[in-house]
Amino acid sequence: MTSGSNPQRRPDGAALVIALIMAGIAAIIFWQTSIMRLPVHQARVGPQVFPYAIATGLFLLALGTAVSAWRGSFPARPRENYGPVLWIVGGLLGQILLVSSLGFSLASGVLVACTAKAFGRGPMWFSFLCGAVFAFIVWFIFARGLQLSLPAGPLERLIP
Amino acid sequence: MDTFGLLAAGFAAALQWQNLIYAFIGVTLGTAVGVLPGIGPALTVALLLPVTYRLDPAGSLIMFAGIYYGGMYGGSTTSILLNTPGESASIVTALEGNKMARKGRGGPALATAAIGSFVAGLIATLAMAFVAPWLVRIAISFGPADYFALMVLAFVTVSAAFGDSALRGVTALFIGLGLGVIGIDLQTGQARLAFGIPDLLDGIEVTTLAVALFAIGETLVIAAAGNLDDEVVAVKGSIWMTLEDWKRSWPAWLRGTFIGFPIGAMPAGGAEIGTFFSYAAERRLTKHPEEFGEGAIEGVAGPEAANNASAAGTLMPLLTLGLPTTATAAIMLAGFQQFGLQPGPLLFANNASLVWALIASLLVANFMLLVLNLPLIGLWVRLLTIPKPWLYSGILLFATLGTLGANGAMSGSLGPIRFSFELMMLLGFGILGYVLRRFGYPIAPVVIGLILGPLAEQQLRRALAISQGDPSVLVHSPLAIGLYVIAAAAVLVPLYFRLRGKGEVFSQLAADED
Repeated sequence: MTSGSNPQRRPDGAALVIALIMAGIAAIIFWQTSIMRLPVHQARVGPQVFPYAIATGLFLLALGTAVSAWRGSFPARPRENYGPVLWIVGGLLGQILLVSSLGFSLASGVLVACTAKAFGRGPMWFSFLCGAVFAFIVWFIFARGLQLSLPAGPLERLIP
Repeated sequence: MDTFGLLAAGFAAALQWQNLIYAFIGVTLGTAVGVLPGIGPALTVALLLPVTYRLDPAGSLIMFAGIYYGGMYGGSTTSILLNTPGESASIVTALEGNKMARKGRGGPALATAAIGSFVAGLIATLAMAFVAPWLVRIAISFGPADYFALMVLAFVTVSAAFGDSALRGVTALFIGLGLGVIGIDLQTGQARLAFGIPDLLDGIEVTTLAVALFAIGETLVIAAAGNLDDEVVAVKGSIWMTLEDWKRSWPAWLRGTFIGFPIGAMPAGGAEIGTFFSYAAERRLTKHPEEFGEGAIEGVAGPEAANNASAAGTLMPLLTLGLPTTATAAIMLAGFQQFGLQPGPLLFANNASLVWALIASLLVANFMLLVLNLPLIGLWVRLLTIPKPWLYSGILLFATLGTLGANGAMSGSLGPIRFSFELMMLLGFGILGYVLRRFGYPIAPVVIGLILGPLAEQQLRRALAISQGDPSVLVHSPLAIGLYVIAAAAVLVPLYFRLRGKGEVFSQLAADED
């Protein structure tokens, strides 16, 4: 990864979007910090100084990123297929939304099934089963052995 | 008590049977997780932190010491047998070690790495034990302005000095600093950037961020890159080193140790630079220059020793100054904080027995690793061959498990569905980690910015409160001025080389993983 490995040196659209997002975050930090209600007696260097400094820095960095993006000097990126990424993000979302009702094991089965699918391993019902069984063993070790509080569902409640 | 007495007391604590068991579990888990491809020491430590939640502080930190050294060792096994270094500190090991493995000399390569790590860990940990108290005595006299200057130096070296782009390094740092502002301001009790969300008032957990960036970000990158299967080189022939191997290895171990330790111990980032220096030194001093690039044993022995020595060295600024200079150290700092312990000179004064038990455990863990690793090499090799779908499923499973274990409150809701806000943040930061990697941003500065930013702010405000707002207090002490000069040099020197087209050297030194 060397800088400037993009031979065409065309403006890099995605990197420009990053610069925009950074500027947007800087603006949000400015705004949120400016509406803070401060106590009357406050130290000269109060809680606002650091956020303002960070927002200023982020804004300058956004400008630098924009220049860098315009000159196309971001490292070349391989063409990527977003399918697997979406499968994994979907699997994580599924686990997050299901874990409180189904418990750790079954929800993690969904995660494992989607992740295995992202890496091209199927069928999904099989990886779901493997994942759920493995997660159940892990749940037992951590929740019972190490006293970690992990969400329990119908499956976990089978063990008293 | 002198250092010997304190260390002896530390050993008395570390050698209690339950602490020995903690250390044993720590090194075993650390090696097992560290050996998995794509998992460096930083992620190993972050993933295994929840295991230690329910232990008492001493037991937890002892297990942690084992995990740290085990993770370091596991990483070198991966790079020798797989040629895909999980972390930048192992790049050099992969250079010669993988060549050795391909020539059927994987056994001696692993052996010299293991024994070299042991020698380096032993010397460097002892060196730390004797230098640290001395550093603590100096650090007690540091004022807030000095601490702030130290942190600025760490920020600069972590983000701007190394890596292939200062712009992206500093951006990564500022993302971390920005995340560090979120939550209640400790001095005034005001909420900052919390957007009215109660979960954000406590700030963002370092472990959540680190696990998300390293585990989920990495998984997404690997998945998106498609299925490229790595070839695991089988360990053939004898695993023992010949007399010739020993003769060529031991000077390299010692040189690596003496190069690696000071670099790790400096309150500046980029601990893996030592491995590059060590490799260069071995290459220059060798009697077998024709073997370099083809599997020279010195090229494994030296850098591996340097790697471990600087890992031990990193603990020095962490324990004595509270200054993490690698992502791994940042997570260890979070580990201390979960017990309400703030590393720094006061920790040595107030929790001396704990600190010395930790140092003694590092030595114990180091010894256990030597005994454990060579006989179990077959098991570690088998771990390397876990198919990717299962490997990454497992990584995600443990990432979410750790997050739930740390903060499992189902505080978010989407209609009737309750969900864990912490897990949602894990997912969000995971996607951030994916984007950062895709666009060539380094990860370590984000983690260090998050944990060190609030500490730097605290010192800055303390300094300015004492001076009643006069900013010149920041450059009053010669120490602070010296640190700023070094920080400026750390930015300007690489910039000069980069402008002269010699940036390659520095991009090789990129502090990506830990």
